Amino acid sequence: MTLSEIVRQLDLKVLTFMPENDLEVRYGYASDLLSDVLGQAPPGALWVTLQCHPNVIAIASLLDLSAVLLVGGILPDQATLERGQETGVTILSTELPTFEIVGRLYQLGLRGSTRSCLDG
Amino acid sequence: MNGNARLEMRFQVNGNDFIQAGEASSKIKRTLQQIGIDSRVIRRVVISSYEAEMNITIHAYRGEILFTIWPNLIQIVAQDEGPGISDLEAAMQEGYSTAPENVRQMGFGAGMGLPNMKKNTDEMQIETEEGRGTRITMKIYL
Ligand SMILES: Nc1ncnc2c1ncn2[C@@H]1O[C@H](COP(=O)(O)OP(=O)(O)OP(=O)(O)O)[C@@H](O)[C@H]1O
Ligand SMILES: [Mg+2]
Repeated sequence: MTLSEIVRQLDLKVLTFMPENDLEVRYGYASDLLSDVLGQAPPGALWVTLQCHPNVIAIASLLDLSAVLLVGGILPDQATLERGQETGVTILSTELPTFEIVGRLYQLGLRGSTRSCLDG
Repeated sequence: MNGNARLEMRFQVNGNDFIQAGEASSKIKRTLQQIGIDSRVIRRVVISSYEAEMNITIHAYRGEILFTIWPNLIQIVAQDEGPGISDLEAAMQEGYSTAPENVRQMGFGAGMGLPNMKKNTDEMQIETEEGRGTRITMKIYL
């Protein structure tokens, strides 16, 4: 599923901008612990979190994550938005809480890790 | 060994500066991309350098990241002036953290930084002295 398709199907708000070339997104990772994301998030994953500050964007950029999806209607402050613009990280937002949005992403075919994907 | 280094970079890291934090790692990443290093290696390097950078930011007063690349080796040295690590064995365990509450609220303090550095590097050596500071040397072979 491409990022723009996910945004459309789940009615996500785009807070920065979409990548110039649409991305194929196969993995997701949901966590609010930053070192957990650094250690575990699959390359290119869509990161679901309620953490919202510039360091979150820095991590997404370092790991080449496909986007940061903020849950529960959280809106980032100006510094976080600017960091997203500067580093080209797509920041998305949903009104839904984590459990709900992750369930929907799973239904769209996203998986949590390389291993669970290989297991089928 | 410095004689034939392909490239050396040095970055200052200031304690408690969460705005600047991560800059060293993102510059290291850009450099590695420019010289065409494999993306899986880049990932291991930036995870390790970012964790080291954040540990200086969170736990120490000031420090620096020294990044060197040789034809077959990448080395990251993170050294700081700070409190040092009093119980190194505990610090290496996943889940052990002395991060203050305000930093935990940002999502740091899972106690997974040092384990992540260990997992993503081929060699990691920690020298630390209580009340003085810490130096972590990490190596990734190419
Ligand atoms: N440079 C340092 N100076 C002093 N103490 C440190 C330093 N680096 C790590 N420590 C100590 O080791 C502990 C474990 O470090 P580690 O990076 O694994 O976890 P953390 O920084 O607390 O949380 P996380 O990295 O998951 O956000 C820290 O909580 C701190 O007590
Ligand atoms: Mg840490």
